[in-house]
Amino acid sequence: MTSEQQIETLVTPEMEARKGVWENLRVSPPIAESDIRKWAIASYWPDTPPRLFWDHEYAKGTRWSGIIAPNDFNPFAWPIDRPRTAGGAPQGMGSTPGTRGMNGGQVETFGVPMRAGDVITSRTRLKEWNERTTRLGLTLFSETEMEWRNQNGELVKTRISTGIRY
Amino acid sequence: MAVNVHFEDVKVGDEIPAWSRTTDFMSWNRYAAVNDEFVYIHMDDEAGRKALNERGAFGMGNLRYTYMLDALRDWIGDEAEIRECGVQYRAINQKNDTLTVTGKITDKKVEAGENRVYLEMNVVNQNGDPTCPGHAVVVLPSKG
Repeated sequence: MTSEQQIETLVTPEMEARKGVWENLRVSPPIAESDIRKWAIASYWPDTPPRLFWDHEYAKGTRWSGIIAPNDFNPFAWPIDRPRTAGGAPQGMGSTPGTRGMNGGQVETFGVPMRAGDVITSRTRLKEWNERTTRLGLTLFSETEMEWRNQNGELVKTRISTGIRY
Repeated sequence: MAVNVHFEDVKVGDEIPAWSRTTDFMSWNRYAAVNDEFVYIHMDDEAGRKALNERGAFGMGNLRYTYMLDALRDWIGDEAEIRECGVQYRAINQKNDTLTVTGKITDKKVEAGENRVYLEMNVVNQNGDPTCPGHAVVVLPSKG
């Protein structure tokens, strides 16, 4: 068994090879109005979400001329194909040094809103990382850039997310 | 149309209305269900402790980000836009925490043809501890 003291770096050769390379091209299923409504209900729970996210008649009278999705709506949730890992845990969520993970945060810049019927294309790239010793031990902070565009090629959003592995 | 706030009516130093939620498995599970975010550290106390959180399962960072966006949306209304939002997750969202989104205007300017308002954001727990400092840029309608 590997002890925490023996790990010199959490940076892998795979990370070095992937740095700066756009990859993980994904295309979402068409967004359903029901998906938007459920997302809004869950995220505003227990309050009623804004009518802009579920009320046709109301939304038609706004500058958006119809229902739009909340900014953080994820059209890629519930894919048919997904990586299978032991116990259903995603990689990076283990319990031993170097396999534990946390979400360090993100910055998103928003373009056009998502609507029912939209098909979103996503691509990501590993931007950069830094490694240092924290109270959690040897800790790796990695930045991933993601870009979403709709079926018209319009930018929906960019996200720079920070992953933490320790 | 819901115009809650105009660009001309805000000034640096203004704070957005406080927006709160008490979180537990009910809110986490609902969010997990729509975001397909079923991770044991958010579902199981033993898994949470294995991830070094003594109190067990803890809330997902993404939900606090969602709360930040929801608070902004409730403040700006439906005719405005959220242009940018960012957070850093600095503390854990424990079960039964009451989280309050706070926001304070740090700047406002017309930029790229938009009435942009810049804010310093956070999500604070019931003990007053800031759990995720962040920032936001919103675009507000003008009275003109």
